[in-house]
Amino acid sequence: MFRILEKTALNPTVTKMVVEAPLIAAKAEPGQFIIFRATEDGERVPLTIADFDREKGTVTIIFQIVGQATMELNALNEGDCICDFVGPLGVPSHVEGLKKVCVVGGGVGCAIAYPIAKKLHSLGCEVHSVVGFRNKDLLILEDEFRAVSEKLVIMTDDGSYGEKGLVTDALKRLILEGNKYDEVITIGPLIMMKFVCALTKEHGIKTVVSMNPIMIDGTGMCGGCRLTVGGETKFACVDGPDFDGHLVDFDEAMSRGAMYRDFEAHARENCNLFREVK
Amino acid sequence: MSERNMSNTKCPMPSQDAKVRAHNFDEVATGYTLEMAVGEARRCLHCKNRPCVSACPVAIDIPDFIERVADGDIEGAYEIISRSSALPAVCGRVCPQETQCEGKCVRGIKGESVGIGRLERFVADWHREHGSAEVTKPEPNGHKVAVIGSGPSGLTAAGDLAKLGYKVTVFEALHTAGGVLVYGIPEFRLPKSIVSREIDGLKALGVDIETNIVIGKTLTVDELFSKGYEAVFIGSGAGLPRFMNIPGESLKGVYSANEYLTRVNLMKAYREDSKTPIKKSRAVAVVGGGNVAMDAARSAMRLGAETVYIVYRRSMDELPARREEVEHAMEEGIIFKTLNNPVEILPDENGGVRAIRCIEMELGEPDESGRRRPVEKPGSEFEIEVDTVIMSIGTSPNPLIRSTTPGLETNRRGCIVTNGDDGLTSREGVYAGGDAVTGAATVILAMGAGKQAAKAIDEYIRGKSE
Repeated sequence: MFRILEKTALNPTVTKMVVEAPLIAAKAEPGQFIIFRATEDGERVPLTIADFDREKGTVTIIFQIVGQATMELNALNEGDCICDFVGPLGVPSHVEGLKKVCVVGGGVGCAIAYPIAKKLHSLGCEVHSVVGFRNKDLLILEDEFRAVSEKLVIMTDDGSYGEKGLVTDALKRLILEGNKYDEVITIGPLIMMKFVCALTKEHGIKTVVSMNPIMIDGTGMCGGCRLTVGGETKFACVDGPDFDGHLVDFDEAMSRGAMYRDFEAHARENCNLFREVK
Repeated sequence: MSERNMSNTKCPMPSQDAKVRAHNFDEVATGYTLEMAVGEARRCLHCKNRPCVSACPVAIDIPDFIERVADGDIEGAYEIISRSSALPAVCGRVCPQETQCEGKCVRGIKGESVGIGRLERFVADWHREHGSAEVTKPEPNGHKVAVIGSGPSGLTAAGDLAKLGYKVTVFEALHTAGGVLVYGIPEFRLPKSIVSREIDGLKALGVDIETNIVIGKTLTVDELFSKGYEAVFIGSGAGLPRFMNIPGESLKGVYSANEYLTRVNLMKAYREDSKTPIKKSRAVAVVGGGNVAMDAARSAMRLGAETVYIVYRRSMDELPARREEVEHAMEEGIIFKTLNNPVEILPDENGGVRAIRCIEMELGEPDESGRRRPVEKPGSEFEIEVDTVIMSIGTSPNPLIRSTTPGLETNRRGCIVTNGDDGLTSREGVYAGGDAVTGAATVILAMGAGKQAAKAIDEYIRGKSE
């Protein structure tokens, strides 16, 4: 069973869990994901692996409470078991041979960006990290990023912490200051990744994005996670989740990502978690 | 021997009325009564050369079990079937009998064949309700075998090996065992309680089923050997859904049949209380003509669509689906737009589907499959207004196992190559069968492959330990 060993609220809407999953911990690499089902009748939802400890046999996940499935997961406590937890899925991020990289994370996407920054740092790569949040209260993983980055820039939309502005403002400045990056790796909301890619394309810097579309099985069966990359149909679960950001059709991904928005909103209204609060 | 019934027609299958069943997920056919089964069994002539048996992929002793039914000895009939088939309640429901046993039945020459499938189903259901659930656990022989995938081929191989005393572990990627029987075939055609009952039977034989393990990711085939499994059977099934590569396939409202059916079946989206969303469609076009296409179309109708089309590029005669599924679909009001091929899916203003543009086809010369090749009629494009499109045009093999198993030979399509009937792959001790080898095919062919492989694995392990 997949026991929750630690549960920490990183901010009011983002939770970190350390989960006992020795088979997954033994294989996990940065950039890969798991699929969880919190309860017997829950939805299958993919989450990128935030960290892992091969010796302890644990996998760390960090998730934002956005819909019914993440609410159900968040309702579990230390000592409880997650009903289903399968992985590691997807292709690991390509980190070999990179000398200087800028990692750009937005919001809870920083939870996915962090293990990649950590791995790059451990391989001797010079890591610059740009992390953005709506405000100071939503900030996560500051110390962790600082420990693995030669340079860390924190951006907030309202200026309540770090610098005021968007991650693209900071990235642009770093590029204009003369930093020559082998690659930019960006993970966050689709709209943020789209604009990071637009900027790096202008400057001719290879950019890798991590996509997190709607999935069911996550093993290459349902085809729900398909994306158009360079005009071809790709499946995020087996071909990704990392793709060349300059080739991804973000507008299509944003449209498909909103397919069940009404259903999700309805679920939130009817969710027992909220009913209990009332 | 009981008195022969010389009626030229099969005893009809009691079924829910088409108008009623098109709006519920309960099983369509309700099954024979004992009286009907005995009467139908008496139609068998017990001819000498038994063509039905040779046309059965698992070679069930069909005339023998039918004779027991005619005598009212249903448990006896069950024993005969279960010697050859691990999943009789499933096969009686989903086998394409018209091209197998019933297709060769001598009674079919002058009239309708004996209703072999219906009798098989009756026997299995009778056993489930009246028979003994007791299973004698076989004497363990001390050897371990791993089975990858808990679909029809994997379950069959696991059952046969367990009966021989092997310690079998089945590894399943999803959270529920059953493979396509659970995520693909809908409740109204194959109730999930039947599948879980069959799986419980295997567990009672001592088979371990490990869900949530993706071979090729969580563990590799080589790691299974290092964990002490002496042979591995790969029954990982068909893979990624194919798309047509026409404009509009990424619009909201375009599904692969795999996704649509997985949402409905595995994730129970047909239930009011399900947490899994599914589009509430008004008009649906399902592209393709196989069993999966029929399942998707009939599911869409049951979920409340007013109009459901099957769009298929050949004619009614070439539909690859089981005949009964086509008949049921027509009775339920599915509209068959045959000899039409989609060329584009047209968007509405919100990124959803407004219509599907098709072109009319005509049949030309036969192609390599022996079927007449459909050819476009220039200038014949037209639109069908739909808000949902379900692509059901087949799958291409899953890459996870072939890309992580060194030395495992696959063909240019990505299917695992085996050495003829016994399922041996290019790797010693690794056998494969079902859709992972053949590409998308039927439940019974996968079961046949699982059966052959189990026999070969037994011979291999016994040969090694001698």
